[in-house]
Amino acid sequence: MTGLDIQNLSAGYGGRPIVEGLSLPPLSPGEVVSVVGPNGAGKSTFLRALAGLIPAKGAIRLDDAELTGLSLADRAKRVTYMPQTLPQGVALTVLETVVASIRATPLGGASFTDQQAVERAYEVLQRIGAEALAGQRLDRLSGGQKQLAGLAQALAREPRLLLLDEPTSALDLHYQLRVLDLAREAAAERGMTVMIVLHDLQAAARVSDRIAVMAKGRLVAFGTPDEAVTPAILAEVYRVSARVQRCDRGVLQVMIDDVLAH
Amino acid sequence: MYCDAVAEWSVLLASLEPAASKAASSATPSRTPDAIAAYGRDVRLRFVAIGGLAVLALCSLLLDVVTGPSSMSPLTVLQGVFDPSSLTTAQQAIVWQVRLPYALMAMMVGAALALAGAEMQTVLNNPLASPFTLGVSSAASFGASLAIVLGVGASFIGADWLVPLNAFVFAFGSVLALQALARMKGSGVENIVLFGIALVFAFNALTALVQFLSSAEALQQLVFWTMGSLSRATWGNVGALGLVLAVVAPFSLLSSRGLTALRLGEDRAMSFGVDVKRLRFLSLLRVSLLSATAVAFVGAIGFIGLVGPHIARLLVGEDHRFFLPASILSGAVIMSLASAASKIIVPGVLMPVGIVTAVIGVPVFLVLIFRNGGRA
Repeated sequence: MTGLDIQNLSAGYGGRPIVEGLSLPPLSPGEVVSVVGPNGAGKSTFLRALAGLIPAKGAIRLDDAELTGLSLADRAKRVTYMPQTLPQGVALTVLETVVASIRATPLGGASFTDQQAVERAYEVLQRIGAEALAGQRLDRLSGGQKQLAGLAQALAREPRLLLLDEPTSALDLHYQLRVLDLAREAAAERGMTVMIVLHDLQAAARVSDRIAVMAKGRLVAFGTPDEAVTPAILAEVYRVSARVQRCDRGVLQVMIDDVLAH
Repeated sequence: MYCDAVAEWSVLLASLEPAASKAASSATPSRTPDAIAAYGRDVRLRFVAIGGLAVLALCSLLLDVVTGPSSMSPLTVLQGVFDPSSLTTAQQAIVWQVRLPYALMAMMVGAALALAGAEMQTVLNNPLASPFTLGVSSAASFGASLAIVLGVGASFIGADWLVPLNAFVFAFGSVLALQALARMKGSGVENIVLFGIALVFAFNALTALVQFLSSAEALQQLVFWTMGSLSRATWGNVGALGLVLAVVAPFSLLSSRGLTALRLGEDRAMSFGVDVKRLRFLSLLRVSLLSATAVAFVGAIGFIGLVGPHIARLLVGEDHRFFLPASILSGAVIMSLASAASKIIVPGVLMPVGIVTAVIGVPVFLVLIFRNGGRA
């Protein structure tokens, strides 16, 4: 079996559980799943646990390998997590940071030479339309540009499972859509499973095959955008009264009418 | 792993040659060469910068050796270095027992403190981290003052070694304490920095207490120790520091990939497979060895551990394959120049080198920062 299977995953910080007993139906390679939910729902914790950044209980099978049993270096060959925080301003060029991410630990058995790593890094920057940033130092970039650099670092490792934590929070409209399209493209062309934490439900509906709605560390709903984004679920999870419609072009639209009292 | 690093450097060296053929072989010749060629050019410039620093370090070392209060001409001194029999017995003693060990000690102390500072700044993610600012030097001063005031005359170990040994024990202990905090659950690197600053104040207060209680004679020794001086350099402790540097530096260079990845952020580095906890632990272990040994022999010398890495960063950026060697060499250059200056400023008087590094170094440092538009 290929793909991702998450069973009964629990994780937290310092003994305090944040995500509890979370299971998802199997995800196939090439599938894009958005993780949505209110602040503090445990979305980032969920992704960090999948990446092995924090200890977790439960089973995470990816392409027939049990991730929880792997060393961090072996796990990093298969999974890459892009954190929500922007990369810090350092005296490295964007190209150098992408090279550094490729060379941090051996990828898939092959050790890259400097030259191969540079070519691959540049190719990734071209793909996300950020090649003009290649020679610029990170400490001289805007927030959005840093976020693109961070995305390039994650994409360059070509993992089987790509975890993006709010990858568009600092981007302008053009790049928001471009980055999400790119995530779709990476999933379709390279057979990656992509999980994206998003706050924008319309963007989530646009980019995802399926959406996971989380609240208070648990899975509230999981399914296609039509199944997961419904007025009932929005009322339950976000405490808002909303209408969900397909516009005349078939794009899912969420209209918020009111904020409900707690 | 070691082979990896050697292979990596040889590949980098080989890449110096066929710059043109490399660009031509790229897949999309219309656009690729620009950024990739720029990267290759940066790499070559960094080799040049490191080579330049190495030459400069050698020149500073020679300058340091030929300066001094005695009336020997620089040429006589140099001749004596390569052919001791050309000197009189008194001259031999000056060159071989004073000038050379002092100069080598200066260079290696600079190298060790700058390397320690560079690694500290990266693993603690703080540009102000250095052995001096985080309490290592203060701990060493306290250890030394205890030994000077209380322990003189210990028979099983020579008095010459008692003071540095005690300084080493306290310095090493202080970094281990930092380590213990780093290993504690839930304490971020910010806490380590704050803890280091607390250590500075604690040890300074304790040293002041010892000074307050000590005899006039011990006080003089003690004050001299805390100012940082090369005059305690002997071939024995030059060898000891050289050994530590020779053992530790290769391991630092071997960690350069992980350290570079750590500059991208802790979560990112972990997500790229770098075991950050282990990297930080081993790095701080190297830092403790380097800085404790260095300050044990020369006393508290601030500034080098802070400014060496900053100069290296300005010259070669933060790819640690280049950043670490450049830090080592920058530290060596500054310390050698400071040592030479300490003999020249007031002719006939050997100023404590710790004073010189601060008095001359700080303005130079400020100029460097401002010329770079406030970014170091």
